[in-house]
Amino acid sequence: MVRTFYAELLASSSLREDAIAVAGRTFELSEFLVKVAGVTQVGATFPHAVTYHASCHGLRELHLRDEPLQLLREVNGLKLIEMARSEECCGFGGTFAMKFADISAAMGNSKGESVAATGAEFVTAIDPSCLLHLQGILGKRHVPARTIHLASILAQTGSAQVRP
Amino acid sequence: LSATAAQRFLQDAAVKSADLVHRELIRRGMESYDAAHLKGRARIKDWEAARQKCQEVKREAINHLDRYLLQFEEKVISRGGHVFWAANGEEACAYVKDLAIRLGVRTVVKSKSMVTEEIHLSPALEKVGIKVWETDFGEYIVQLRDEPPYHIVTPAMHLNRGQIAKLFREKVDPGIDSDDPAYLMAAARRKLRQAFFAAEMGISGANFLVADAGVIAISTNEGNGRLCTSVPRIHVVVTGIEKVIPRLEDLAVLWPVLATSGTGQGITTYSTLIGGPRQPGEVDGPEEFHVVLVDNGRSQLLADAEQREVLHCIRCGACLNICPVFRHVGGHTYGTTYPGPIGSVLTPHLVGIKEFKHLSYASSLCGACTSVCPVKIDLHHHLLQNRRNATEAGATKSSERLMFRAWRHAMLHPRIYALGGWSMRKILRIIYGLGLAGSILDPMRVWNRHRSPLPLPSESFRARWRKDLGAN
Repeated sequence: MVRTFYAELLASSSLREDAIAVAGRTFELSEFLVKVAGVTQVGATFPHAVTYHASCHGLRELHLRDEPLQLLREVNGLKLIEMARSEECCGFGGTFAMKFADISAAMGNSKGESVAATGAEFVTAIDPSCLLHLQGILGKRHVPARTIHLASILAQTGSAQVRP
Repeated sequence: LSATAAQRFLQDAAVKSADLVHRELIRRGMESYDAAHLKGRARIKDWEAARQKCQEVKREAINHLDRYLLQFEEKVISRGGHVFWAANGEEACAYVKDLAIRLGVRTVVKSKSMVTEEIHLSPALEKVGIKVWETDFGEYIVQLRDEPPYHIVTPAMHLNRGQIAKLFREKVDPGIDSDDPAYLMAAARRKLRQAFFAAEMGISGANFLVADAGVIAISTNEGNGRLCTSVPRIHVVVTGIEKVIPRLEDLAVLWPVLATSGTGQGITTYSTLIGGPRQPGEVDGPEEFHVVLVDNGRSQLLADAEQREVLHCIRCGACLNICPVFRHVGGHTYGTTYPGPIGSVLTPHLVGIKEFKHLSYASSLCGACTSVCPVKIDLHHHLLQNRRNATEAGATKSSERLMFRAWRHAMLHPRIYALGGWSMRKILRIIYGLGLAGSILDPMRVWNRHRSPLPLPSESFRARWRKDLGAN
């Protein structure tokens, strides 16, 4: 949003230059860690089976395909399971989820089936809005997998209880 | 009172997206396409460079449409062909209809063309008693079912072989006793061969109009295109003005990229160039050759600098195939000639933003379409621009405008925002506590109809930040 769409939204506004300046110094977390800080091992421990959903805006606006996976692969004890159609949209899409609730839910259900088929305990992503939507979808379908943001996994030390 | 296009879309989408048999059929089709597309792309040494080149060729053509179309016209006329400039669908249909009547045409064979669907040419001809045969296998099937194409490249992909066998038994030959694809093809071929030799007029579209050579280029896989354009004594090409490309050599990249994006093929089985009627000394080809150049809203789009590149589209269908909305609601739900992302972007320009603005909202803006488009049309950003244009034209609902005004107010006044969050948590806690989630009293009922209610935090993020997080 900040990186691509602020400048578009403010195209005819005096704030456009500011928006571009802010975009230039704004990073997604995995992007910052891997590309700017050059870190993939953050010392996290998360002994669970996890599947990764590639959030659209991270993948296609910011072109982050491998960065989150690189970080997940370095988490101690984490077992990464690839889901089918991991790069297909989960169906959230902001107001789309309310205006076209049936389509959004159908897309979410497809994603939920992909998550369930992996048998993973957690589904993670870099976009909290995908996870917000999937949490409700998985709950409704009684899929045991829980949602967790990538940042929360990277913050786990393995000693305490999982805190999403 | 008849339902609006938007209401019909919502109703049909609700039915189709819950239809898991439909979803599996389309998913299987799309997954075999995905595999072929991936393999096809790997055959091209540098796919991104090929896309870039295609975009440049189409941009050059569209930016100089006036010059290249005139060049094309001049060449066609010099070889004895006719060119008709149709401002809209009615003019195009009237020209073809009058021509058919004047030349005593009773039977027409058609090869696949989306422009003829767009202008409703077949019904116009049938109205004056002319028999029209669709000869592309998929088009033949949907014509028998009296429905529009489901997809711009694979018109009958929503049907399985059992349904097609049943249809053929009812409409083609009661003796059909197998659903083997080759058997069904043979049954269609027996009918269509008779039509090819009976027809006085063949109608085709064009994938490209080559300006410097003055020829049309057609990509097909079934051979029906060549029969339509060579056997009948009259050949009529009906095509959009945006199909022109500058040079014959541009096909070196456009042909393989179109085939790869359309079906995953390196090149289609038949790649045909046609330059006009039969010349003196030639043994075959039509006696008359007519090209109908259809505008039908395209010049208006050309005048829109922001969205002009939508005219680059080569109708490969890649954006439909990858679109998760298309995969769930299917082609017919759109209620438009061109479904999927390109249709959602294009239809407001061809038909009207008021009636078809809803399609620009019926997208999660995931951007998958843009990532595969072989001519690099920024599809999902154009959807966003259509939304903006609809809002600026005052085409949004007053309840929605009120909601966004309230949201804006809350975003500008932190106390009101905090109060809103606080009262929403209170109200939802009571409603969820009473087990009324999803009921008419639940302000989140649209969300909760398909999802379990979100757990309510005990306090706001800002309260936590002040107390706890911010201090760290």
